[in-house]
Amino acid sequence: MSIFVRTRKKFSHFLRIFFKKRRARIGIYGPPNAGKTTLANRIVRDWTGDAMGAVSEIPHETRRALRKENITITGVNGDSVDIDIVDTPGVTTKIDYREFMNFGLSKEEAVTRAREATEGVAEAMHWLREDIDGVIYMLDATLDPFMQVNIMMVGIIESRKLPVIIVANKIDLPEAAPNRIRSAFPQHPVIPVSSLDGSNVEQLYELMTERFG
Amino acid sequence: MQGVQIDLISDERLARLTPMEKIRLILDDVKMGNIVVLEKGLPPEEASKLIEMTMMEIMPDGFTGIEMETYPARQGLEGLSGFFSRVVGKRPESRLTVIGPANQLKMIKREKDLISAWVSSR
Repeated sequence: MSIFVRTRKKFSHFLRIFFKKRRARIGIYGPPNAGKTTLANRIVRDWTGDAMGAVSEIPHETRRALRKENITITGVNGDSVDIDIVDTPGVTTKIDYREFMNFGLSKEEAVTRAREATEGVAEAMHWLREDIDGVIYMLDATLDPFMQVNIMMVGIIESRKLPVIIVANKIDLPEAAPNRIRSAFPQHPVIPVSSLDGSNVEQLYELMTERFG
Repeated sequence: MQGVQIDLISDERLARLTPMEKIRLILDDVKMGNIVVLEKGLPPEEASKLIEMTMMEIMPDGFTGIEMETYPARQGLEGLSGFFSRVVGKRPESRLTVIGPANQLKMIKREKDLISAWVSSR
């Protein structure tokens, strides 16, 4: 890190203490089943020893934005950042309860899940417009990153001028192709990680101290 | 005769509407089973509200949401850096956008200069 960046960070840290600025709220966004809650759990466990939410292979397991307050992340360079983590429901433009029935849910359970999921997506969009200071945008590195919802969400984040880190998740899988994500979003830092086994999360933590500090 | 109605909405017509009027126009049209083609897409803030409003309108055994495709935004000034574009106040330009009911419009292929879609009637 250059002297200029270090000085700027120290100065902004001083200003935050001086003006008692609240902790930055960092939203974990992305399409359903990208691994948002798995990453949120890892961050919270690594830095507080606690847990955040349940994970499932059924899409839309997270149907409410969940906030974990007062997490201090320290990078290997010694810099640290105080944040609240907000784990958000997967963003999509369509939800059909019948898709949940393919995972063995009854019609009643599937309809309830779909209703809660629609409310959760609307809530996540509201958070993004009103209450989020920075974004970790999660993508499944085994899938096509050019999905419309990703293009649209990154556009929304950029229009709000929020600092963003794009996480190419699931690099523990052989078909993962994080370079495809890098070429889709060359204007943003892309970190390949496995939220499941923790590969490369240290690099993510270091970048979080730089981008969100 | 069976078929699908396609509404091509000009930039001028959209520009006369408020953000909520635009979203209402699009959603009402799509819920009727029509395909909407916008000459220029929605700005990010309105796209965010469209997602939110879409979620509020989804009903079991009814409307299941929207399928939406557009070309990637052109950055402000071709060939110039993002920083310079910001200095001169140019925003990324939204482009032709196709929106339809999720249960009728399926995207087959999407490239930076080609959108290929398949539409079924209800």
